[in-house]
Parts: sequence; structure tokens; C-alpha cells
Amino acid sequence: MPGKTLYDKLWEDHVVHTEDDGSSLIYIDRHLVHEVTSPQAFDGLRLAGRKPWRIDRNLAVADHNVPTTAREQGIADPVSRLQVETLDNNCAEFGITEFAMTDPRQGIVHVIGPEQGATLPGMTVVCGDSHTSTHGASGALAFGIGTSEVEHVLATQCLVQKKAKNLLIKLNGPVGLGVTAKDIVLAIIGTIGTAGGNGYTIEFAGEAIRNLSMEGRMTVCNMAIEAGARAGLVAVDEVTIDYYRDRPYSPKGEHWFMAERYWQRLYSDADAVFDKVIELDATAIKPQVTWGTSPELVVAVDGCIPDPMLETEGGKRQSMQRALEYMGLQAGQAITDIQVDKVFIGSCTNSRIEDLRAAADIAKGKKIAGNIKLALVVPGSGLVKRQAEAEGLDKIFIEAGFEWREPGCSMCLAMNADKLEEGERCASTSNRNFEGRQGYGGRTHLVSPAMAAAAAVAGHFIDVRQL
Amino acid sequence: MQAFTLLNGLVAPLDRANVDTDAIIPKQFLKSIRRTGFGPYLFDEWRYLDHGEPEMDCSQRPLNMDFVLNKPHYQGAQILLARENFGCGSSREHAPWALEDFGFRAIIAPSFADIFYNNCFKNGILPIVLPAETVDRLFKELADGYRLTIDLAAQTITTPNAATLAFTIDETRKYRLLNGLDDIALSLLHADKIAAYENGRAKRAPWLFASNLK
Ligand code: SF4
Repeated sequence: MPGKTLYDKLWEDHVVHTEDDGSSLIYIDRHLVHEVTSPQAFDGLRLAGRKPWRIDRNLAVADHNVPTTAREQGIADPVSRLQVETLDNNCAEFGITEFAMTDPRQGIVHVIGPEQGATLPGMTVVCGDSHTSTHGASGALAFGIGTSEVEHVLATQCLVQKKAKNLLIKLNGPVGLGVTAKDIVLAIIGTIGTAGGNGYTIEFAGEAIRNLSMEGRMTVCNMAIEAGARAGLVAVDEVTIDYYRDRPYSPKGEHWFMAERYWQRLYSDADAVFDKVIELDATAIKPQVTWGTSPELVVAVDGCIPDPMLETEGGKRQSMQRALEYMGLQAGQAITDIQVDKVFIGSCTNSRIEDLRAAADIAKGKKIAGNIKLALVVPGSGLVKRQAEAEGLDKIFIEAGFEWREPGCSMCLAMNADKLEEGERCASTSNRNFEGRQGYGGRTHLVSPAMAAAAAVAGHFIDVRQL
Repeated sequence: MQAFTLLNGLVAPLDRANVDTDAIIPKQFLKSIRRTGFGPYLFDEWRYLDHGEPEMDCSQRPLNMDFVLNKPHYQGAQILLARENFGCGSSREHAPWALEDFGFRAIIAPSFADIFYNNCFKNGILPIVLPAETVDRLFKELADGYRLTIDLAAQTITTPNAATLAFTIDETRKYRLLNGLDDIALSLLHADKIAAYENGRAKRAPWLFASNLK
């Protein structure tokens, strides 16, 4: 018998029942709920006269539609307001714990989960949101689900699933100075493509991953979905366990020691067999900047925009050409020659305290360039915001000309008032650079928080390693 | 999902072929955050004289009294008698949601659009296909207070003059509808296993069940 992968172990621990056709009923330890994908699910429950199976497994928060300014005035857009109010009412009716918009713990669902200890190592975690993969950073099996599945989880605390295959992505060696978790994951996606992880659960391993903080590991797992995998994982180690000590919902007393013992077995056995293994040289990774409308269209900051005509595969060449047209860029242009209009530091990829520290480090004592119309810093949660303010980061940003906002998804998907105008170019720390993602006709370049702050100061992309 | 076993219901006729999903529920209502509450907007453009928008209070809107469902003697109808190709158009599940929310539990027609037919079963509605001549005869027989009895287990329809009409239906669909089983209901057939799993896990990982969220 070969050993087990981390994914195998997590899966086995949660199987309730397996059908003849191989589909299994999987127990869900934590269900996170937000306003956009839950209303019809709650309605479904009401319609069928069903109660949630286990109320204390659910935690809700409004994040996608919330304004990042003047929150005490409520939400101006009636459609957004109705969605948020619907969540409030549903949670009240069903007795589900919700961090309301004015709760100091409110924030992006994938930031507050780990921050509160509401998502823990070894758990199965689901949410009606594809970036649920973020929580895999703690050695939890975490993935996004659709609205009918949201209803299914509420009603049964289970999901019907078929097991995915195992993919190991190993980052050999350490990364260089100025290279962050975001650069690692963008480089991975640039290498394996946005479909590279289709059908797999990805475990990220190797020295460069081990060296990351929990925040950094969350950034990597957050974008597993952008590599085509529903779930990303990092094995539990001391970094993981230290992170969860004393979180509000973390186990206490004797339970903590029991949990610690359980968590310590959450790694892939040395003789575990993966369906596929990809090894990358982490020492070769440079700060990354995407230039197209898919996260895989990415190059190092000291590079140039590739020439579609050199691409031999016809479909890919066409999509590169279309991307260049949409982005208003030309083959051969140096990345550092690209000027930006707006800067967004935030999203469930990069809005945790470390991200803000890294950005503030660059912004300290400087001013944003004259061509920057707006530079936003949107903390991932109320607690991140408070922590940043205690460290004086807000002052650094404000003095440099950034706006310091209230927590939420904000310009990551522009469902609230924060958006790009048509043709505007943005250096963004979020995870998707799709057409229109940050506003109709907007152009998104995905970068790390330090790179985004550097672009704000310089007015164009610039290699943080030279600052 | 509501089970469907035996239904004795008032019949309302909709004497048009090719009733499409846009007619059943116009597209502006798809913006809704809800899966329920579409009943008042069912056949919106036919039922009302004004233009409907989501969240409108339909009790204040001018009714088209020529439209069949607005006739007093069809109030409370649960069976819709329809013509060929009922439910054609888009795949929107809002169409069966609206019909079900309005109160319809069965639709009898010579033929249905494929996706709509499937969507009905997910929402507790029984679509029954009868030969065109039989449907035509029902349209002719239909008078005030006309009721049909539909027995899904026996696959029969009984008319007021005690005639019995047989219909066919796929076995698995029949089973799921008879038992009111949707995906959730099927998973809940394993409720004892879920509970047993929870008990076991609470012993192995008690911390997961200790801290109630506040
Ligand atoms: S921050 Fe962006 S990616 Fe993350 S949950 Fe919000 S909208 Fe989705």
C-alpha cells in the first residue's frame, strides 16, 4: 500500500457514504455564506419547508456589494441593498451567525474565515464562491459551489462529490528578495496555464512554499482556481499551527491540544503517489505582471509583451491578439513602459495585513505619480483595517495620496461603486483580469501588493527590486 | 420538493400552441434574487394591461379580463390544459417556478419543449403528454368547475363523466415525483448515516463541535 496524499487523507476523513457509481456524500465542516449566491438557496429551503441541518456550521458575511465609503449611510444602489438586506433577513430567520456590514469583524468572506479561526486545518470548507480555495492554505479541503449546492449544504451539511486527481506542484529552492507569494502563483499559472489544474486538487509544496507565511500561502491557494483546480492545499506545519493559536473560534484548552495532534498528520506521506507532479525552479521567479485578459498571460516585470505571431497554436495566437487589442497594448512593448491610471490594493488574494505592510513599505515617504487618478487601499476585513491603523499604515498610505477605505470586495469585481471607467488601466492585486471584470472596458494588470504600490508611485510598472 | 401522488384539481385552458418561456415569465423578472414569488408575474404580458417590472405590487395593476386565467371560474386552478410545444424558448427554470408558485401542479398538452419538460420534474410539476385528439376532446368538454383527477401511481386521468385516460411517464421520474425527491431529498435518505458520521466525528474531533459561532 503506497502512502496517502494530504488530499486523500482529507477526503477519507469526510466520506459519509459512497454510491456504486463512485460519487460520495461528503460531510462539510464549515459553510461560508455571502449575499450574492445565497438568496435562492434560502428560498429553496423555505419552499420545501426545510431547516438547516446544523446551524453552527454556517457563517455569513456581506462583502461583494458593500460600499467602501460612508458606510453609515447604507447602500445607495437599490439592487445591491436588497441583496445585502436579504442576507441579513435570511440569517436572522434561520438563526445563522452573520457579521453584518457594521460589525467590526466584517470583511471579505475568505479573509474573515481564517482570521476568526472559523476555517481550520483538516476541515472541509465550502462557500458559494470560487475563491474558497483560499482556505486550503491551512490544510483544509476548501472549494467553491453553486447556488443549488449552497441549498444542499444548508439542508444536509453534505455535498455529493466525485474525488479529484492529485497534482503536486513543487517549488524548488527559495525565491529571491522582492518576490512574493503572488509572483509565485502567477508564475505557476503562466507555466501550467489556466486549464493546467483541471480535474485535480493541487498541493503546493517545496522550499518556496514552506518559507511563506500563512498569508502568503492563502494568496497562492486563492489562485488555484485560476489554474483550473477547484481546490489548492498546503500541508500543515508549525507556521499553520502558530497562526491558529488564539484565534476567536480556534479550539481552546484541551481541545487545542487534541486538534494540534490531529493537524500534525495533515501532510502527504513521503511515499504517496500523485497522478501528476510538476517541479518549478523558484529561484528563477521574478516579480510578475499580467498583460492580457487571462491570468496565464503573464510575464516578468523586466520582460516585454510577447508577440502573438510567434505562437504556433492558432487558438492561442488568436486569444493573445484579442487580449492585446482589448488591453490597448503592442507586442514587444516593455512592461515598465506601461502607464497606469488607477491602482487597487485589496481583494481576497492580497488584502491581509502582510500585503498592506508590503505596499506601505514601498509607499512610505513617497507620493503617488501625477498620472494616477485613483489609488485605493481596501483592507480585507475590519480587523485587518484596525491592525493596519494601529501600525500607522493608514497614515503612510494617505500621506502618499492613496485612499484608505472600508473592507469588502470593492474593485476586485466592481459590484459596488468602485470601478474602472472604459479604457482605464489598473495595477491590481486581485485575481482576475477578465474583460470588464473591474468595470466595463477596464484594463486590469495583476501584480503583487508591493508592485502595485510601486506602480502608483512611479506612474508605470517598475521592478520593486530596483527600489 | 412537494410530492405528487393524487390530484383532484380545477382545470384552466390555455388555448394557444407554442407558448414560450418568455410568455410564461418575461425576462425582466430574471433579475430577481428569488426563486419564489414569480406567481404574480406568470404570463405577465397577457394577464395585465400595463408593463410589469420586478417588485411591482400586482394587486394594484390593471387586469386584462379577456385573459383566461383572470376569469372568476378559473381561480384556484391547479391543472393547465395546453396545446402543442408548451414551454418552448429559453432554459429558464423561472418558468416552472412561476407556474408552481401560481398554483399549477400538472400541465396536460400534446407535446412539451424538452428543457421545460425536464425543469418541471425538478419543481414538483407533472407534465402529461396526451394524444392531440384527446387534448382536443378535453378542451371541448371543459366547462365551469371542470375537474380532473390525476393518479400518478396508476398513471391515469379520470374525467367528470368517469372516463379514464392512461398516460405514460419515465419510471425514475415517476418514482422521484411520487416521493417528492429532489437531490436534497435523495441525500436526506442517508440522514441516519450523516447523523452517525457527525457523532463519530464529534468524538474524533470534538473541537469542531465545541465552539458555537457568535
Ligand atoms: S475579493 Fe474578489 S475574488 Fe475575492 S470573493 Fe470578493 S469578488 Fe470574489
